[in-house]
Amino acid sequence: MKKIAMALLLGVAVYSTGVFAADVDQQQVVKQYSVLVSASYQDSLSSARDMQGKINAFLAAPTPETLKAAQAAWLEAREWYGQTEAFRFYGGPIDSETGPEGFINAWPLDEAYIDGVKGKPKAGIINGKSAITEAKLRSLNERGGEENIATGWHAIEFLLWGQDLSRDSAGQRPFTDYTTAPNAKRRGEYLKLVTQMLVDDLASVEKEWQPNQQNFRAQFEQGGNDSIKKIFTSLGTLSRGELAGERIEVALDTQNQEDEHSCFSDNTHRDIVSNAKGIQNVWEGRFVRRSGEVVAGASLKQLVAQKNAAVADAVSSDMATSVKNAEAIVAPFDREIIGKKDAPGRKRVQAVVDALKNQTKNLVEAAKALGIKRLNTSV
Amino acid sequence: MNKTFGLITCLLAGSVLAFEGAALLALYDPAEEAPGGEVGTIDDHGKNAFSLPYPGLSDRQKTDFVVGNSFFKKAWVEAPSSTTARDGLGPHFVAQSCGACHALDGRGAPPDFSRGLQTDLRNPAEQPMSLLIRLSIPGQPNPQPDPVYGGQLNNRAIPGVKPEGKVHIRYEPVRGQFADGTPYELLKPTYSITQLAYGPLHKDIMLSPRIAPQMIGLGLLEAIPEADILANATRQRAEGKGIAGQPNYVFDDFAKQEMLGRFGWKANVASIAHQTAGAFHGDIGITSRINPREDCMPAQKDCRRAPSGGTVRQPEIDDKTLNQVILYSQTLAVPSRRAPDSAAVLRGKQIFSDANCVSCHTPSYQTGEFKAIPQLAGQTIFPYTDLLLHDMGEGLADGRPDGRANGRQWKTPPLWGLGLIKTVNGHTRLLHDGRARNMLEAVLWHDGEAKASKDYVLKLNAADRENLLTFLNSL
Repeated sequence: MKKIAMALLLGVAVYSTGVFAADVDQQQVVKQYSVLVSASYQDSLSSARDMQGKINAFLAAPTPETLKAAQAAWLEAREWYGQTEAFRFYGGPIDSETGPEGFINAWPLDEAYIDGVKGKPKAGIINGKSAITEAKLRSLNERGGEENIATGWHAIEFLLWGQDLSRDSAGQRPFTDYTTAPNAKRRGEYLKLVTQMLVDDLASVEKEWQPNQQNFRAQFEQGGNDSIKKIFTSLGTLSRGELAGERIEVALDTQNQEDEHSCFSDNTHRDIVSNAKGIQNVWEGRFVRRSGEVVAGASLKQLVAQKNAAVADAVSSDMATSVKNAEAIVAPFDREIIGKKDAPGRKRVQAVVDALKNQTKNLVEAAKALGIKRLNTSV
Repeated sequence: MNKTFGLITCLLAGSVLAFEGAALLALYDPAEEAPGGEVGTIDDHGKNAFSLPYPGLSDRQKTDFVVGNSFFKKAWVEAPSSTTARDGLGPHFVAQSCGACHALDGRGAPPDFSRGLQTDLRNPAEQPMSLLIRLSIPGQPNPQPDPVYGGQLNNRAIPGVKPEGKVHIRYEPVRGQFADGTPYELLKPTYSITQLAYGPLHKDIMLSPRIAPQMIGLGLLEAIPEADILANATRQRAEGKGIAGQPNYVFDDFAKQEMLGRFGWKANVASIAHQTAGAFHGDIGITSRINPREDCMPAQKDCRRAPSGGTVRQPEIDDKTLNQVILYSQTLAVPSRRAPDSAAVLRGKQIFSDANCVSCHTPSYQTGEFKAIPQLAGQTIFPYTDLLLHDMGEGLADGRPDGRANGRQWKTPPLWGLGLIKTVNGHTRLLHDGRARNMLEAVLWHDGEAKASKDYVLKLNAADRENLLTFLNSL
C-alpha cells in the first residue's frame, strides 16, 4: 500500500516538472559542470597569456602606451579568472593541499613587501639584494603572515598600477619605474617572472580539468553525490563567506581602501560582477565563452527543480538580483563604501551583500532538497 | 607471534566484530561524528578545516565573524601609516598578525632544524614565529616579569627600536624502546636567549616556551559548565589511579574577577576575550581598552619613545573590532570525525580507554548556558580534555609556576582536530613547545601522573600502536 502511494507521489513529481524541462540526472549535471569548468579555465588561461604578451611588449619597450595596453589586458583577463572562482573551496586542483590558489590570487597584499611605497621608497624584495627567482618568490609568498604576498594577480596589479593614492583614479605608476627609476631592471625582472608564474599556475589547473585524461576531472566525474556536494559548497562559500563576507562586508565595515579586492587598479566592482556571474554560470550550467560560443547543458538548477521547484526558482531569482546589483555598483569601489549607512554608494554595495546572503540561504535549502545536510558556506 | 598479529589486523580491517578477547573494539557512538555538536561541526577536512565558522551562527554573527577574521589574519603595520585601520604594530612584537602564528587558524611549530639551522649560538638563523617565550623571575604570590624585559620575549621590533633578543633552541636526543624492542628517539630542547638588547636577563630568570595551538571550538570549551570541569577532579581522585587534576584560577580582565582557567598551556586564561586582548598586546603590540599602554619596560627607552598608533582614550584597536576578533576566535568550527566507525579506529578507541587516557582526555560534555553566543548551549561535544592541570613529570617541566599551576603542571589540551593538523599546517609537531615530532612521541613524553598510561602504550604491539594512532588521527 505504502509502496503504491510512494510511486504515485514520485510519478506526480516527475510529471509536474517534466512539463517544463527534460529530466536530468546527477551524472549529467556533474559532467556538464566539468565541461563548463574546463572551458572557463581555458578562457582564463588564454586571456592570461594575452596579458603576458602585452606585459612582455611593455617590458621590451616601456612607454605610457605599452603600459596602458598591459593594464587593459590585465583587466580583460580578470573578467575570465573572476568567473572561475566559483570552482574553489572544495579542495579541487585550484585549492587542494598542493593547489596554486595562494600563488594565484592571494590578497590583501602588503605593497611594501614587494616594492617601495610612499614614505618607504627602498622597501621590498625589488629593492633588496637577493636574486629574483621563482623558487625565491614561492618561498617568500605568505611567509610570516598571510599578507606577505609576493605573487599572483595582485602582485602584477601593483606592479602595473602602483599604490592608489588618489580619490578619483586608480594607481598612477609611471612607466619610468621600468626605465630610469632605481632598480628598474629588477622591477622588470620581477614583473616578467610573476606573470610567467601566474600563467604556469593557471595552466596546471586547466590541465586537471581537460577531458579524457587521468586527472582530477576523471575522478570528479565518478564522484556522484559527493561531487554535487562539492559544487554546492563552492557556490555557497563564494557567495557568503568569500564574496559577501571577506570581499565586501569587511570593506563596508572598515570603510578602508586596504580592504578592497583590486585596490591598485580600482577594478573591485568588476571582480564582484565576475564572481557573481561565475556562481550563476554553475547554477545554470551555462557559460558564454570569450569566443562568444555558449556552453550549455544539464544544470544544478534543473536537478534541484525536480525535487523542489520553488526553491530552485528562488535561487535563480536571487542570483539574477546579485548580478544586477553588482553591475549597479559605481566605480571606484573605495569611494562607494565611504559614508553613513544611507549613503547611496553604501546602499548599492549593501544591496549586493543582501542578495548574496539570500542566495546562500536558498542554496542551503536547495542542497537539502538533494539530501545534503550540513553545507559549508563560509571560509 | 607475527602470524597472530597479522590475523588480528586482517579481522580488524574487515569487520567490526570483536575478536575473541584479543582485540576488543570500543562501541561506536554516532554522536561522536559531530564533535562540535550540531551547532559547531563542519565537514571540511582540507586545508580550511580549522577556518570555518560554526554553521549555527546567525547572519549578524557571520558578518562579525568575517570582519573578525580579517583583523585576525591581516598584518598590522607600524604607526603612523596610511592604512589607519591596522596601524599600531609594536614597538616590540613577536608577530604582525594573529594568523602569522595560528596559520590558517591552526597550530604553530618550532623552526625546522632538519636543514641545520640554529647551530651558531651567536647568530641563530631562523627565529621561531609561532613559539613564544614567557619570561619571569620568582615572586609571591605569582612569578614576576623580568625587571628589564617584561613578561615575554619580543624577538622583533619596528625600525628604530631594538628587538629584545633572539631565541636559541638546542635539541638533544633521548632514546628508549618499546617492550617489543622497537627503538624510539625523542628530542629534548634547551632554550636560551642570545643577542640581548638591553643588558642581561635577571639572574633567576625562568623561561617558559609556548606554541600557538589550533583555534577550533574555543567558544564551546567556554560553554562547558564549571561544575563539570571540577567534577573531573573529584572523579579522578575517586578512581584512585594516581591522577589528580587541579583547576587553575586566574584573574579575568573582562569579568574583573578571579575565574576558572580554561585556556593556555597552563590554564592561565579564563576567557577567550581576555586571551584575545592579551595576545594583541603581548604578541603584536596592539593596545586596547583592556591594555591601553604600550608594553615597553622602563629601561627600554627606544621602545618608550616610538610613535604609538593610539592613545589611552583611543587605543590602537577599538572595542567594536576587538569584539569581532573575540567572536571570531570563539566560533571556529570543529571538523567532523573521519571514519569513526572503522574497526581500526574503534580498536584504537578501546586502547585509549584501556590505557586510561580518557581520565584526563575526558571525551564528552554537555554545554551549558553561554551568554555571548546563546546557541552554543545544550550541545553534546567531544573535546577530549578535562581542562585541568596535571603533573606531567620532570621531562616536560618548565619549572615556571603560573597562577596556581606549578612548574611541573600542564593543562590537558583538547584533542579534537588533532588528525588534521598535518593537512592544515603541514606538520605534526605537538606538546607545549612542539618538541614532539608526531603523536607517538607526544604520548611517550607523558610522565608524572600520566606514567601508567605511557607504560601501557610502551607494552602495546606494533599493530595496536598503529590502531591507537589511527584513532587519534580520526579525531
